[in-house]
Order: sequence, then structure tokens, then C-alpha cells
Amino acid sequence: MLSTHISLEDTPTLYSAPSSSTKRSYIWRLKVEQVKLLDRFSTSNKSLTGTLYLTATHLLFIDSLQKETWILHHHIAAVEKLALTTAGCPLVIQCKNFRIVHFIVPRERDCHDIYNSLLQLSRQAKYEDLYAFSYNPKQNESEQIQGWQLIDLAEEYRRMDVPNLNWKLSDANRDYKICETYPRDLYVPRAANKPTIVGSSKFRSKGRFPVLSYYHQDKQAAICRCSQPLSGFSARCLEDEHMLQAINKANPSNRYMYVMDTRPKLNAMANRAAGKGYENEDNYSNIRFQFVGIENIHVMRTSLQKLLEVNGTKGLSVSDFFSGLESSGWLRHIKAVLDAAIFLAKAIVNESASVLVHCSDGWDRTSQVCSLGTLLLDSYYRTIKGFMVLIEKDWISFGHKFSDRCGHLDGDPKEVSPVFTQFLECVWHLTEQFPQAFEYNEAFLLQIHEHVHSCQFGNFLGNCQKEREDLKLREKTYSLWPFLLDDQEKYLNPFYTPSSQKFTVLEPNTVPFNFKFWRNMYHQFDRTLHPRQSVFKLIMNKNDQNKQLEKEIKELESKIKQQKTRHTDTVLTKESLHCIHADSPALKPSLCFKKEQTLLPVNDAIRTIEGSNTADNRYSEYAEEFSKTEPAVVSLEYGVARMTC
Amino acid sequence: MEFSELIRTGRAEALLLPGPGQPPVRGTLCITSHHLLLSAGHGSPGDLWLLLRNVDAVEKRPQSLRLGDAANLHPPDHFYQQVALQTDAWRLSAVNRDFDVCASYPPALVVPVGIGDEVLARSARFRQGGRFPVLCYYHTTNGTVMLRSSQPLQGANRRRCAEDEELLRAVLALGGGRGLVLDTRSAQAVQQARITGGGTEAKAAYPGWKRLHRPLERGRPLQDSFVRLVEACTDPSLSMDRWLSRLDGCRWLTHVKETLTAACLAAQGMDREGVCILVHGAEGTDTTLLVTSLAQLILDPKCRTMSGFQSLLEREWIQAGHPFQQRCAHSAYAQARPKHEAPVFLLFLDCVWQLSRQFPLSLEFGEGMLLAVFEHAYASPFGTFLCNSEKERYLCEVKTKTHSLWSSLNQSKERRRLRNPIYTPNPLALWPSVEPQSLQLWAGLFLRWTRPPEPAQEAWEQLWRIVTEQEGGDTL
Repeated sequence: MLSTHISLEDTPTLYSAPSSSTKRSYIWRLKVEQVKLLDRFSTSNKSLTGTLYLTATHLLFIDSLQKETWILHHHIAAVEKLALTTAGCPLVIQCKNFRIVHFIVPRERDCHDIYNSLLQLSRQAKYEDLYAFSYNPKQNESEQIQGWQLIDLAEEYRRMDVPNLNWKLSDANRDYKICETYPRDLYVPRAANKPTIVGSSKFRSKGRFPVLSYYHQDKQAAICRCSQPLSGFSARCLEDEHMLQAINKANPSNRYMYVMDTRPKLNAMANRAAGKGYENEDNYSNIRFQFVGIENIHVMRTSLQKLLEVNGTKGLSVSDFFSGLESSGWLRHIKAVLDAAIFLAKAIVNESASVLVHCSDGWDRTSQVCSLGTLLLDSYYRTIKGFMVLIEKDWISFGHKFSDRCGHLDGDPKEVSPVFTQFLECVWHLTEQFPQAFEYNEAFLLQIHEHVHSCQFGNFLGNCQKEREDLKLREKTYSLWPFLLDDQEKYLNPFYTPSSQKFTVLEPNTVPFNFKFWRNMYHQFDRTLHPRQSVFKLIMNKNDQNKQLEKEIKELESKIKQQKTRHTDTVLTKESLHCIHADSPALKPSLCFKKEQTLLPVNDAIRTIEGSNTADNRYSEYAEEFSKTEPAVVSLEYGVARMTC
Repeated sequence: MEFSELIRTGRAEALLLPGPGQPPVRGTLCITSHHLLLSAGHGSPGDLWLLLRNVDAVEKRPQSLRLGDAANLHPPDHFYQQVALQTDAWRLSAVNRDFDVCASYPPALVVPVGIGDEVLARSARFRQGGRFPVLCYYHTTNGTVMLRSSQPLQGANRRRCAEDEELLRAVLALGGGRGLVLDTRSAQAVQQARITGGGTEAKAAYPGWKRLHRPLERGRPLQDSFVRLVEACTDPSLSMDRWLSRLDGCRWLTHVKETLTAACLAAQGMDREGVCILVHGAEGTDTTLLVTSLAQLILDPKCRTMSGFQSLLEREWIQAGHPFQQRCAHSAYAQARPKHEAPVFLLFLDCVWQLSRQFPLSLEFGEGMLLAVFEHAYASPFGTFLCNSEKERYLCEVKTKTHSLWSSLNQSKERRRLRNPIYTPNPLALWPSVEPQSLQLWAGLFLRWTRPPEPAQEAWEQLWRIVTEQEGGDTL
């Protein structure tokens, strides 16, 4: 078993902290000295003392060692003021990226001020107040526009060979007239005309009628998505039935198609009472209907809350950890989502059947299943660029309600749910099972997760494309993707072996023991829990060093050339140049190894590797144990010593 | 003629290994219809002609293995020589030369220099099974030491032994004045043990020695835990919730956590607090060895090399008298559950694996090595893990009649399987995290046959490729 460990140093805190040049321009709104930052897991209240600052966008703590902790206000999920203690007033801040910090502020008045400010700063009422609208990465206008044009969905559909003989671009939703939460450009079967589309959309919840999400060129099968039909107990809609028939006909390689309802059957049936529901197999010709049982957003939210509660416990025992993991149900939900995606992929690969996926509104579970299914089918989405396209297509453009689900604005807490986090975790599980199949690494997933919540870039603001256009995000904010691409090296998986074929299907095994707790996500900021050495870092270092040395070789070569042009008839002949070519690779490793070995000090008892320190690990608070008085021993008078010397 | 049909290979390059004292002869080996012929080339004097009728017996020996290699690979006094380089406060005692003093100890033992053999013999009588305190690790950076023994035979009436006290006093005098007895049983279990004649070091009798109880499970509960884990791992029909609850219920990872914590405490005591550590449980052949061997791996970079790890196993498990024959007879599937069966050694390997996950660059050996050692401990064509103690091994002439596992593992063809390609020597102590979130199920072992190993193996191969490409450049 092998995987790359990403230690904290590797998870780039890119852009979440302003660069030092801009720092000076920040106005401290509030400054409190002598604040203690508690170690989250220490049983003996270990702490660092430092100064706390509040800026317009960040909370900053600088400890006595000058180490800075930056927390973006938008990342704050909850602030809690605990009961006053002798040391001061405790303040617990929980972040959406799973960072939890525990401060002790000496004066209650200061603590109250911070608390109130944070409450206001972390909950904005208007989109215009979010960080993205004030964030300026020093790009000019054309760079900004280019950044937004980096991902082009029309091109993505062309990559899938759409439009083609059976699928066409529909302009029905040009002005968001038919469905507000869909994008303008929608792809539908060639046989579906405008009345069919309009009729079908009226029969679907929120007007989200069946449209193309992915077209599998090889099998000629399509993944389509929609919302639940408004069927109630008996309602029918001929246009909707025609729509499904058109989708079915658009696939010449199979007679029937699948309709996947990603909800548990019970939930779907309950919806019928409210005039919604699911497709009746008798009304639609040649469909195979299937429930896959993924729970709704409320169940998922509670599940994650439980999980985080358990993991935050000090002195957690192995047994409490596992029973907590079990009772939270989190991994069960992850498995359900992956199982659904596998079902989808199998229908396409093994039966060449088209699949229509929906849940209730078709923007949560449907997005999860469609995106994961295509990730299994098409190796393009396992590249860095492809993954960005996938998120743009199945999540952003099809109207996953990022702002509601991530709580970007102060709104209904019942709308918040970790649906996208689950998707990222499913992808992580796939990268664990297939260490060579993905171009990107864990740090990439973590970084995306960071910015889904950071409100620093415009991509994830708003709940649908229409809303984004109304907000003029493309003019007023920046796109995340070009920044990630610029930093590409940090996100590359060193084990990636690109497959030669476009369609290499991943067939993950979802037996329960393949599912693990994702420590690097949920304990991203708890440094002491991570592996102390990183394979990933080592290999990346080696690559960097090689690049550096290759550069040096090139420089030397160009120098030689210059020399040659100057003294054309001197000793430097072609042979000697060749010589340097042949020898140069030999230079690399020897230099590498030397460099590495000097990194580690010999016989230095105080220094330990990358934060590997006894004090961090809480084996037990040793001094206590050592000075503890012996427990009173009751002497046993009875009993015969059987062992003799 | 029919003879020639029997000759499949007529010629081969061969090396003749003559008796001791003579150089080997390299030449060409030919089989003719009537003779076996070895010729070293033109004009060489010693061509060998063997009439085939003269061949009495032919034996094919395992490749490049020779009997008696084991003794040369990890000689018993090697450890003492290492200690002697650092300090002259310890000596090699031959008091157990004939296995009279302690049946489960090896003949050579390291003890404080001022303590005579007669004191050792008397101390041995005060300890269960005669396992008196002996040196098992000398911490070079600050001169503290780790010793191991079995429980003192204190009994209900709290007997004392002057020689045993003298021995431990001498240890403190050499190692900084403060000592800690790490008892691998709970205080309650110690009280129970007193009824049957056992016990632990009384504070009054051993001034300067503090006591710490870190209860570690062994014997039946540990075996049950192992059996339940393996049952859960081989049942693919489990739902997610059932799997997690069975993983929790078997308590295996709890044992891993407790063991690592105890070892870290011992190591921390030596390295950070500068105290001498004496580890014992009851017999001193199970949990005691778990703690002492892991603590050494944490502190001593030498133990993390391929040969250092082998010598650690040889010294702290095999020669230290872990009863392999009794503990590793049946593994997890046995119908009848023998009394002495317990996966203590496997627990050790699991802890080492956890270390290797948290410090992937610091161990020279890879997961393959741990798996190989695990397999050979339970069933092996080699003699290394045979018998329960050095005495038994001596009586069975294991060393002269069987091959050593180590010489087989050290062959270069095993390199890719056993070694860690990204090993970078690391002179520092490895302090692992023991939080439950940091511990993992050893999938490579427990799920070895229940899930396809290919992707992980391919990645391992690729890691080798990436690294050897660089090395390849080195050798150009």
C-alpha cells in the first residue's frame, strides 16, 4: 500500500493570506494583545501567546515566534464565546475548511468586541460585500477576461462530439425563460422540438427538464439529468414521455434506457403526496427505473456535524473514534454516492444504455452522481484541466446552489450542506484506490475546497448562471482556475501515468474496508496528526532539483556556444560539447543526494523532523506521570505464594 | 546413443567450491556420457574429471545459501561491541553460558561492570524464569539505558532480594541517577500477580526508581482481537456500519495505539527526561519485548536500516526468548485455540508499519519486508524463527542444520520487494502520532487477499522506477 502523504507544508495556503506587500495597507480594526491560542487536542491546555488583529477581510494571530495564522472571515462557520475562566474569556472559532481555533482573551470586554465583530464580518447579507468583489490579484482587464474564458463549455461539448447526428444545441433557454437555474446553452436530442421541451419542463420540478450532461462517443450513450417529475399519484405528461423517448432514440446502440432516481425510495414516494414523485414505468416506454438511495442534504449536514464533533474530542480513544465514525454514517453516505456513480458507469459501459439521472431538484445528488460517473468513464476528467471543466459543467453551470450550500451569505442554515465536500471526498477515495490514474493530487482537491468557501474568486458565488450574470461576476471578480493552473506543479501527482486510451474505465471496489476517514481534509490544520515525512514532497523536490540542474546545463551550454563563436579555432570542439551532454545526467543524482543529506543535521538531539516532537504527541503528560505518587496498594494477606525461588 | 538423450544441458559456467583454505575454481562444467568435467581453461593444472558412476549422491542446494550464515550475520556479541565503543561501564557476562541461570536467555548478556556473576545468579532467582535485568539498549546521545527483565518474585509477603536491588542500584549509578520501571500490567494485575508469587519493584526497596503502569493486553485477549479482526476483514458482505462496528469491536487498533504509546513513553523518558528505563510485564517475553524493540526503533537510526532491523529482531525477539513456537503456531483460523497462542510479534510488526506510514522516508525496509517476516514467523523453510528460546535452538542444533532467513532476504533479487526506494537516513528520533485519526488498518496485511493488490503494487513499482532512474544516472 502506498500513497502520497501531503503534509501540512504542502497544502498551499495560496491566496488565503495576503502577500507581505499588501499587508501594510491593511487597517487593523481591532488589536488585542496577550491572547492565548490553545492547542486543540492537548489535555493540559498547552498554548501559544500572541497578538490578535482583525482586518476588513482576515483575522490574524501572530504568536511570540512570529508565526502567523490567517483566517478569512468568510471561512468562519461559527463563533462561540464560552464561560469566563480564570485565564480569561475563551473564544472558539470553527471554520468551513475544518480549522478550529480556540483563543483565550484576557479581558472579557475585548472578547465580546471580537465576538461581535466576527459575527458581523463572517455573515454578509449582500453578495457585493463578499471578498471576491474587493480582492485584487493585480491582473489587468484582458487577463481577467482570459481567465474567465479558460474553461469553455461549448468546447467541452465539442470534445464529446456534440452536436452530432443525434444531439443538438437548443436555444430554448437563451433568455432563461424555460428554466432559470439551467445555463443558456443546453444540449437535447435532435428529435426534441420546442413544444416537447416546454411541455417537459412544465412537468418537472423547477422547470429542470432532461438535458445532456455527458455524451459517450464510443458507446453512443448519453448521461442526461433533470429534476423529479410532477407526477403525484397519477399525473402524466406526453411531452415528457416524448422527451425520454427522444433520449432513448438518440442512442442507436440500445433499445432501453435507465432512469436513476438517486433518492431513497421512501423519500421519493413521500414526494408523491406533494404532487411530485418519480416516473411510472408503465407510462414511459422502454425505461428501466432504479432507486439508488442517497440521503438528502439535511441528513448529510447532520452526519458531518456528528463526525466533526467526535473528532474534536480531546484524548479520543480508538474505540470512541470508530463508534463515532460509524454512528455519524458519513462513510456510509460516501459509499452510497460512489455506488450510484458506479451503477451509472456500468450501465453505459456494459450495456451501452443511456441514463437519465435525477433527485428532487436535480442540483445536489444529481450533480454528484453525474460528475462522478463521468469521472469513472472518461480519463480527461482525471487531468487538472479536465477536473476544472467537470466542476464548471456539472456543478457550476447546472446550478448547484453553491452560495446556499456553503452559506456564503447569512441565510437559512437548513440550506447549508456538504454536498460538494462529499464529491471531493469521493474523488479522493478514487485517487487512493487508483494512485496512478489521476493527474492531480490531494492538495488540489483541498485547495478547491478551500476556495469554494473562501468567496475570494467569483466561480462559486451565486446559485446559478443567471444569478452570476446579474451580479456581473465576470467583470467584477476573478476566476480561480488560472491561478490554480499557474501553480500546477503543486497539484501534480508524481505517480500519474496517462492512459493511452480516452476511455479507460475505473472500476472501484466499494467494499466497506476500502473507505477511510479523510484525515487530511477534516484535520487539515491539525499538524500533529499528519505523517511527518512526505513522499510527495520528496519526489517533487527531486523533480525540482533536476529541473534546476537541467537549467544550469543549458546555461553552461549556451556559454560554451558563446565561447565557441568567439574563438572558433580554439580547443572547444564538437566532441567536447557532446561530452558534456553525456555526462550531464550523471551530475543530477549525486548533487541531489548531497543536498538532501545536508538537510538533516547529524546528532542534533534537540531538533526533530518536521514537527515530530514528543510534546506534540501527547503520549501522556510525562512530567505528571513521572512525579505521580504511587497509588495506595492494598496488601493482600491471604493467598499462598506458589512460586518459590 | 541413449545416454546423450539424458543430457539436457551439456555445458555450463560453474564455480567449484573446494574445502576450506583453497580458492574457488571458476570454469566450464561439461557432462559427457561417462564423465563430469570441470575445466578452468587452457593449461590450468587442476581439471576435474569425475566418472559418473562414481557419483554417489547429488543434492541441489538453495541458491547462494550456506549453513551457518546466520551466526555470522548477527553475532550475539555484536550488540555488546557496539555498546563497548561508547562506554566501558557495561560488561559481557557469560553467567548463562550453559542456560543454567535462565533457560530463555541467550548465553551472552550485558550487565553493569561492577556486578559479579554470583550477584546475577541470585538476582535471577528473584525473577520469574530467571530473567534478571539485562541491558537491551544504550542511548548514545545521553548515556541513558533501557533494560528488560521479568517480574520480581515479590509474593504476598513482599519478599526482597538484596542482589537484585544492588543490580538496579548499579544501573542507576551508571545511567544518571533516575530510573523508571515501566510495568506493562495494570496496578491491579500486579496485585493479582502477588497472590501467585509475582509482583513488582517496591518503591522502598529500590530508591531512585519510579514506577509507571501501562497495561498492554497479551495472551488470549490479544489473540481474540486478532481473530475477530481477520474475521471482519474476510467478510465482504458487511455493510459500512457493520464493518466499522466490527473494526471497533475487535480492538486491534486500540492495542496498536496502546503499544505505540508505551514505547513512545519509554523512548521519551530516555531521550527527553534522561531516565533509565526498566521494562517488564510478567514473564518478560511478550509485551516487554514489544516495548523495548519499538522504543529502539524510535530512538536508534541504526535499527531502521535493513541489517539493523534484522539484528533488532534477532536480538530483541529471537535471542531474547520470545516463544515463537508457542505464540505463532496457528494464526487466526485455528479451530482449537491453544493456550499460548498470541500475535504479539504481529502486533510489533503492525506498530512498525504505522511508523513507516508516518515516516515514509526513514525506514530502509518496506512493507514487503514486514510481510515477509510475518509469513516466516508463522511458517518458514528457514530455521530463524524455530523453537522458543536459544537453549532449545541449541539443543535442536538449529543453527547448523537449517538455513537462515536473513541470508535469503539479503539476496539482491529481493531488493525491490523488501526495500524502501525512498529511504533517506535520518539521525533523529521518530515521534509518531498516536491519535486514532493517525492510525490506520494495515491493509497490506489484513486485506491482502480480499482486495486487488494491483494498483498499489503498480504505484510501488513506479516509485522504484522514478528513484532508480536517478540512480541509474549515478552509475553511468
